[in-house]
Amino acid sequence: MDTLAVKWSAMDRLLGHSGPFAGSDFVTDDDDSVKQFIRYECRVLVVGAGALGCEMLKSLAMCGFSQLHVVDVDTIDLSNLNRQFLFREPDMGQSKAEVAARALQRRVPSCRVQAHHVDLTTLTPEFYRQFHVVVAGLDSIEARRWLNATLVSLVQCEHDAETPDPSTVIPMVDGGTEGLAGQARVILPRLSACFECTLSLFPMEARAFPLCTLASTPRLPEHCIEYASAVLWPQSERGRDAPLDVHDPGQVQWVYERAVERAEAFGIGGVTYALTLGVLRGVVPAVASTNAMIGSACALEVLKLATHLARPLNDWMAYNGAHGVYVYPFANERRPDCAVCGRPAPLRLRLPRSATLNDLLEVVAAHAELRARRPSIVSDSRPLYMATPPALQEATRVNLPKRLADQLQLPSRAADRLEYLLSLTDPSMPLGRQLLVVLEEADAAQPATDDTVEREA
Amino acid sequence: MLKLAALKKKKEAGGGTERAGGDGTTASADGVSVANASNALAAASRLRLQRDITELDVSDRVSVQFPDANDLTRFVVAVRPPEGHYRGGWFRFAFEVPPTYPHAPPRVRCLTRVFHPNIDEQGNVCLNILREEWKPVLSLNSILYGLQHLFLEPNAEDGLNREAAQLLMSHPNEFRARVTQWMRREAATGASSSRGR
Repeated sequence: MDTLAVKWSAMDRLLGHSGPFAGSDFVTDDDDSVKQFIRYECRVLVVGAGALGCEMLKSLAMCGFSQLHVVDVDTIDLSNLNRQFLFREPDMGQSKAEVAARALQRRVPSCRVQAHHVDLTTLTPEFYRQFHVVVAGLDSIEARRWLNATLVSLVQCEHDAETPDPSTVIPMVDGGTEGLAGQARVILPRLSACFECTLSLFPMEARAFPLCTLASTPRLPEHCIEYASAVLWPQSERGRDAPLDVHDPGQVQWVYERAVERAEAFGIGGVTYALTLGVLRGVVPAVASTNAMIGSACALEVLKLATHLARPLNDWMAYNGAHGVYVYPFANERRPDCAVCGRPAPLRLRLPRSATLNDLLEVVAAHAELRARRPSIVSDSRPLYMATPPALQEATRVNLPKRLADQLQLPSRAADRLEYLLSLTDPSMPLGRQLLVVLEEADAAQPATDDTVEREA
Repeated sequence: MLKLAALKKKKEAGGGTERAGGDGTTASADGVSVANASNALAAASRLRLQRDITELDVSDRVSVQFPDANDLTRFVVAVRPPEGHYRGGWFRFAFEVPPTYPHAPPRVRCLTRVFHPNIDEQGNVCLNILREEWKPVLSLNSILYGLQHLFLEPNAEDGLNREAAQLLMSHPNEFRARVTQWMRREAATGASSSRGR
């Protein structure tokens, strides 16, 4: 029996009869129409061709999905080869997407794979619109936020402008792994919780410092290291041509030395080589079995969505391999005021009355729902601080140490506090956000930390 | 093709409270919610402009200046073509962004006097995405790219400055000489001969 027949006989077993977990409109595939759909029509986009992407591509192809596209901007590195099994040593330096597509097509000749060796954010909404489902194995929160917002924006509503037209909903299946832990998730844009709805569930990264703090008022050794890598490296001779390679000991050493110089200039102690490494790459080993588990879970969700042979995951599952094999599903809820898929209300931030613009920027960088590290803040249409373009950055940088209360006029006044409506944008935020900044008497307000920042009820 | 319709039905059957809330808002199209909607729209428009401005693709060939750093809706973009007839010149454009952005495009006028088939003596610019082909998915950067393209490949078939368009088609060498002559004159007299705003 050839591989195709083997593959389809397994699929026949799944699709040939109903079961307790089948979706409500599942019909047994007596006329092969479901298999035809998988084989010839269902277009699946795999975003990311790293460890998870390889697993996903393999599993999807083995399920019979034959209209695959894969996007990845990265190239193959020696350290990838132990787990990114579609790549071999001679492929080093080549595009992950292209090599993965070729390798998959060699192994599963019936499968058509188109490679896109580009940054996912450079692809147009029209590109994304052509797919039935998008499955993502990405390595950053930023990329997921972008993809999620794009898929949400593709949903068209019926004439009441409220009810999503289900034929325009492109499900996003998202996988992620870290060491022995992993998660998979199904997002039905505008029908179920989107990525942005639950953004605050992610722990803050250690590197969430606004660039202006790094540049003007460093206080921690981490600030100095981050400044050396994010600001000094791109200006250096080697950094002009290539981003910092955190796996190159020479480059890490360079960052370490610059960070020490800066720390000395500002009288900050504690910059060590080990801390530099820790800040530059949150070293977590990649585990092949975790990727296999999560990649398969994601591929299975795609299969469920395409065939309805079982109800899709509602809507998130965690896998933890550190203590046995532990799997836990959880149903996230939509946020009515989600900044991407809901009707966002201004986010309320409480600060002491003496707070400066710089204080506000630190709060928005550390805020779990914002995570804005290169924020630009505008009051009405008057910019308070613009991270770019350079002309505006220069013009507004002088505002950083000034008190907010002195820079803003005509607040709406409540008894003992001043309120200002500001708008925030940041490269990591798909749409930007309105902020309602409340300045309170010093004794009424705690220092501006995360727990004093609350959402409007 | 995905059987999402079934999911949606199930959601409705499950008595989704959020749907009920959504329907309530649509039904009560009273003055308050209309005002809220238009405020929300203005806020969305401002956020979009703010975001587009932070993403402006400035380089050694494109600079952006804000005459009043307190006003994001008016700025001047200068373009320096790296090749072609207009190589080496700086061409300045005044941008004025309406409150209805991105549903309406910004108004763009050329401040530098230039002999160009698609830019007239008054500084009007003929670029499709500034008028009929503008779409909200386009951004300020789209216009920046469009303007740069205009200097690399002037379009003689859709001439705004008829004389320049005809000369480009019939006598390319003479056209080139005229362009250079105008650029020299502009460089010599500098900003004084440039149009005010």
